[in-house]
Formats: sequence, structure tokens, C-alpha cells
Amino acid sequence: MLSAGLFMIGVIGVLVRRNIIIIFMSIELILNAVNINLIAYSSQVQNLIGQVFVVFVIAVAAAEAAVGLGIIIAFYRNKETINIDEMSLMRW
Amino acid sequence: MLEAVVFYTLATFILGLGILVITARTPVHSVLFLVLNFLLVAVLYVTLGAQYVAVIQVLVYAGGVVVLYLFVVMLVSLKRAPEEHGDNRRLGVLGALLGGAVLAELIAIIFASRRNTNTVVNATSDMPARLSDPMLNTEQLGWLLYTEYLIPFELASMLLLVAMIGAIVLAKKNI
Repeated sequence: MLSAGLFMIGVIGVLVRRNIIIIFMSIELILNAVNINLIAYSSQVQNLIGQVFVVFVIAVAAAEAAVGLGIIIAFYRNKETINIDEMSLMRW
Repeated sequence: MLEAVVFYTLATFILGLGILVITARTPVHSVLFLVLNFLLVAVLYVTLGAQYVAVIQVLVYAGGVVVLYLFVVMLVSLKRAPEEHGDNRRLGVLGALLGGAVLAELIAIIFASRRNTNTVVNATSDMPARLSDPMLNTEQLGWLLYTEYLIPFELASMLLLVAMIGAIVLAKKNI
């Protein structure tokens, strides 16, 4: 239930905020909620597969954070904005 | 009894810090609340018997990812926050409604799946899975990662390599 609540908070953060860095941080919150869920189940069922999966999820989240921030920096260098409403280069 | 008290205080703090992350004024405050959130989640992992994952969480998440976010926040420092134009209150209400719908759906899924009992596939092939032994948790996890889940392990390392190359290429001056 805790992980569902944290997931909801992350989803609200992704939907509501307009600063793209905070959107990325809300995505990290969502990933943390999933990790909490996996560890809780691993401790309940007494099976280590949940923790193995969490190690991989943490690795993937770190890689995605690095690449995402690189994209933000590259975008900011060209457009000078981090407001997600103004990032509409590919719109029709 | 003590475990329940510890869990509930940790849970309230984690949720409260999560709400503070998404409703902070400046990005720097958000990042600071995110650090505290990650540290409290690592404490939660320790109470659940996953000591290695807690250490990894503190090192990778609270140490690496948050520092990365702080660097980017400082590079992209604004004169004016982007939330000041546009109606915030309606967006906030809409976001809360959508989030409440997601939460209701998740709780419905939890209650629906509690009726069916799943069969659990045991992951370890030849060793007992004792989780709460503090000296052996890392060792057991290492056993699993190197015998049964070797291919995902190598794929994860390759993924990290690709991400590193991608981040370096994206942040170069003359692209």
C-alpha cells in the first residue's frame, strides 16, 4: 500500500509539474515505489529473486537518469528553456 | 510491535517527503527532499531484510543520481520559474483527480489479486534462501547473480556502458 501511495505521488508529479527536471525526479519516485514493492514481496515470500530484480531496476534507473539529463542539457543549449510547454519542436 | 511502529513512521515520512518533492517551489528544494526520501527508503529496506539493496540504494541513488540532478539544476538555473504563468489551481485539481483514479485502480488490483493464490517459483537452485542473516545476504545475492542470472547481469553492464556513451555524446559541445 505504501508503494501504491508513492506511485500515485510520482504520477501526480509527472502530470502536474512543468519543470522537466522535476518531472524526471517524479519518475525516479515511481521507480522507487516499484522497488519498495519488490523488496516487500521478496521479504514476504522469503525468496531472493525480488532483490535480484531490484538491483537491475536500480541499474536501469541510474542509466536512464543519466541519459535523460544529457538530453535535457542538449535541449537547453539550443532552446534556453526547461518549461515543458515550450518544448514543442515536433508538434505539427 | 516495534516493527509496526518503525514501519508506520517510515511510511508517513516517505509519503510526506514525496509530496514535498512534487510541490516544492524551487528545484533545489525538490532535490533535497528527494535525497531524504531515498535515505528513508534505504532504512526501510534494512528493516525488510535487504541489506545489500539498501547499501546499493544509498550509493547509487542518493549518492549518484541525486548529485547528477543537482548538477543539472545548477546548470539550468532559471531567473523565473516556469510555473508562474498558467493556471496552477486547475492543473492541481486535475492532477489530484487523475492520481486518485490511479490509486483506486491499484488498490482494486491489490484486493482482486488477494483472492487468488499464486504459486511461487523458487529462485535458488541449491541453497537455502534465508533472507535476514546480515552476514550472508550479500553472499546469497552474489551467488544468484553469478549463477542463475548471469545473462541479465552481463546485459545490465552493457546497458550501463551504452548509457555512459550516450550521455557523453549528448553533452559534448560540438555535436
